[in-house]
Amino acid sequence: MSAQTSSNIEHQHGLKNPPKEVVLRIRRRERQDAEARWEEFAVPYRPNLNIISCLMEIRKNPFTRDGRATTPPVWEMNCLEQVCGICTMVINGRARQSCSALVDNLEPHKPITLEPMSKFPNVRDLVVDRSEMFNHLKRVKAWIEIDGSYDLGPGPRMSQDEVSERYAYSRCMTCGCCLEACPQYGDGNYIGPQAIAQVRLMNMHPSGKMTRDERLSALTGEDGITNCGNAQNCVRACPMSIPLTKAIYEENRETILYGLFGWLRK
Amino acid sequence: MATGNGIRVAIVGGGLAGLAAAMRIAEAGHSVELFSVVPVKRSHSVCAQGGINGAVNTKGEGDSPWKHFDDTVYGGDFLANQPPVQKMCEMAPSIIYLFDRMGVPFSRTTEGLLDFRRFGGTLHHRTAFAGASTGQQLLYALDEQVRRYETAGQVKKYEHWEMMSLILDGHGVCRGLVAMERSTLELKAFPADAVIMATGGPGLIFGKSTNSMVCTGSAVSVCYQQGARYANGEFIQVHPTSIPGEDKLRLMSESARGEGGRVWVPRQKGDKRQPSSIPEKERWYFLEEKYPAYGNLVPRDIATREIFQVCLDGYGVFGENQVYLDLTHIPAETLDRKLGAILEIYEMFVGDDPRHVPMRIFPGVHYSMGGLWVDFDQRTNIPGLLAAGECDYSIHGANRLGANSLVSCVYGGFVAAPAAIEYAKNLQRNGADGSKVYDDELKRQQEINERLLKQSGAENQYVIHEEMGKWMTDNVTVVRYNDKLKATDEKLLELIDRYQHISLNDSNMWATHALPHARQLQNMLQLARVITLGALNRNESRGAHYKPDFPDRDDENFLKTTIAEFSGEGPVFSWEPVDIGLLPPRKRDYSKGGKQETKQEAVVASAKAAGLPPKEGAKQVPAEGSEMKPKDLSGPAVWGQNKGQVRDVDHGEAETRTERGHEIKDAGGKSDKL
Repeated sequence: MSAQTSSNIEHQHGLKNPPKEVVLRIRRRERQDAEARWEEFAVPYRPNLNIISCLMEIRKNPFTRDGRATTPPVWEMNCLEQVCGICTMVINGRARQSCSALVDNLEPHKPITLEPMSKFPNVRDLVVDRSEMFNHLKRVKAWIEIDGSYDLGPGPRMSQDEVSERYAYSRCMTCGCCLEACPQYGDGNYIGPQAIAQVRLMNMHPSGKMTRDERLSALTGEDGITNCGNAQNCVRACPMSIPLTKAIYEENRETILYGLFGWLRK
Repeated sequence: MATGNGIRVAIVGGGLAGLAAAMRIAEAGHSVELFSVVPVKRSHSVCAQGGINGAVNTKGEGDSPWKHFDDTVYGGDFLANQPPVQKMCEMAPSIIYLFDRMGVPFSRTTEGLLDFRRFGGTLHHRTAFAGASTGQQLLYALDEQVRRYETAGQVKKYEHWEMMSLILDGHGVCRGLVAMERSTLELKAFPADAVIMATGGPGLIFGKSTNSMVCTGSAVSVCYQQGARYANGEFIQVHPTSIPGEDKLRLMSESARGEGGRVWVPRQKGDKRQPSSIPEKERWYFLEEKYPAYGNLVPRDIATREIFQVCLDGYGVFGENQVYLDLTHIPAETLDRKLGAILEIYEMFVGDDPRHVPMRIFPGVHYSMGGLWVDFDQRTNIPGLLAAGECDYSIHGANRLGANSLVSCVYGGFVAAPAAIEYAKNLQRNGADGSKVYDDELKRQQEINERLLKQSGAENQYVIHEEMGKWMTDNVTVVRYNDKLKATDEKLLELIDRYQHISLNDSNMWATHALPHARQLQNMLQLARVITLGALNRNESRGAHYKPDFPDRDDENFLKTTIAEFSGEGPVFSWEPVDIGLLPPRKRDYSKGGKQETKQEAVVASAKAAGLPPKEGAKQVPAEGSEMKPKDLSGPAVWGQNKGQVRDVDHGEAETRTERGHEIKDAGGKSDKL
């Protein structure tokens, strides 16, 4: 039904001098404790290919570029619309989603390198274990403490401006690009911008504000918000353009105020 | 199986429906084990864009839950059992308010109230929205609440675990499930007092669709193969506006039309000009012209067929299977605020900026109205097994209205949760506590895996998947012919046979996708037969199911639910009456009714004045008062123009069919070129 359409649409957006094939260098690891190695693959060039399409092609018939049979590279994918965050990997040195990484925009005449993210345990090939990010969300209590899910009428009124600011933070898909880019994040020494932005999201909400202190105290530990080195890599790396540095600034301010008041309360 | 006094419910799937049920069960003080192939925050619900329906009536339009109910039943061409639809529509406003309280950043009015926009199949502003990523926002809100209960120890998540089968005792009662961990491939039996399926749709059966890659329908197919009834499988929604791609068809939300997006093609076939240089009067806004009241917001099945037909007739943009979806007349600032997320998707994957260049779109497989049969408490026919969300068949009938999916997911979860608790409370724990049923099922699953691992045939599972997808897309989507449906079932049987000779092309079983995919593929093939044969059996046209050889809705013979049960070989079909006690079926006609919008009137008037549309186009527009008022009240007036065409042919139906079949092929019904 749509196959013809797709090739035709692509035709209008293809490169002027397309390469014959796309070469992919993939950093592979058989299992967590195995040594990593590189393997090179080639897939026939088609306009509008994304990295996922290339990987699907390789998975179907896993042979290296020099014709050696190998195991199919393993990666994660789901929505393919850059909204679930699962397919994040390091492409040509930059952490991003492989679904929205279009070959045509990646200098397709040169080999494209694919690596797993380095800040998370590598499960196999391009798959990493990001459960630490979800643990961060538990720790900072990134939820609104509603009284119950029964019918209690509408929530608090809010202006569109407030909503727009919250919406920006609420688009975080827990992909980990910010943490991959952050020079401070790693080895458990810094909670990182992802969780801090979710604290901002919750603390801005009129109901969320009521339990603000609990979230702030979660940010004031040894690995807390003060470990931000202000490199500002996170905000540049975020595929959803979330104002992460603003969140860090605002929450840092809040923790200082919280600290002061906490001290005064003593 | 209860531990102490506590009830333990297993939920399969962590999208909106699964999380809604999990939250409610935990809130009631019981334990949940939540199984999901991906971390729940990455479930397919994130892809829902446009919004969630609820008749909150804040726009002075006199909207009400009853009107929402009427629109939903009418939009679904009267195939849905009406009582649960009514219950859902009544619950909808409180569902929206609940999400508001949970912190979803819904868009606001100047007064700080929730804003609502228009969606297909209604004349009311009934759709609450959070930018154009409403599904993502709603899912995150539930994810947060469930994490709260997870932290409290009431919910245990099994992420990266895939359900392999149900555990049924000697009496056919569901006692739990077997799941597989996706890195170690460890199989484990999980006892449960009740199991709720919330696994979403089966889009991957069609190869490329708007669905996420986890939407295989595999787990639901397992239930069907273990005795659960599967209802209305033939009703597959093809969304009118998707962005074709190599790996998937990306959704372009209906909200683009809800916010004023206009669908058009050049009046001149094969017009080579860029869209901006085609003057207004040389554009054919075919939906606005044919459906003055609803315009671009006719229900999806109708919009899809119209777009399909326009391309079939040679009006596709640049002579291809694509039409324009135009937002360029709307200020960029408004677009960014209301539709930003989806415009970014288009820009990212196509390269054009839809704020300045009309988008090019084409229909794509999107949603399954059919699913596991459930009663009005979301219980399947297997005791202890419930279902909620897209994977159940209730609510949407023959066609789902936009922005009704999110509300039906939450509704289903909210109904399934107390029903599961109630069931578990009354559960006779008569000897099922013995471990034999668990051990036996575990062993059966281990044997299936071992067989697949040992197997070394010449077939490639990904090739079989592609062939299935191509056949299903070509023959079991927008336009259906009985001969092609029969051929598709034969093809599926061939694929099922070839499946026996696949070999897993991965020698490293750690975290492999080869084994899980092989398991899914088997289940997809079985479910594909249910969809195909269900379509073959239904000799009428209703909602998303359209047969040119049977162009009318036939209430006398087909106002009934298709039920498929697995026989060990394939599906066995039976039918069940539809509960139409609240709203008597009436002819579905979106060409009339409601208020007329001035702009659309002007468009029609201008077209008439200019003596346009061109001949071929004009032929499709029924003369006023003729086709739109067929004597047969059960006839689907929406497809009146085609009925007219068929009647014009003197040679009888058989010849017409062949001819039309050829046309469909030319219009992309076949995709042989790939």
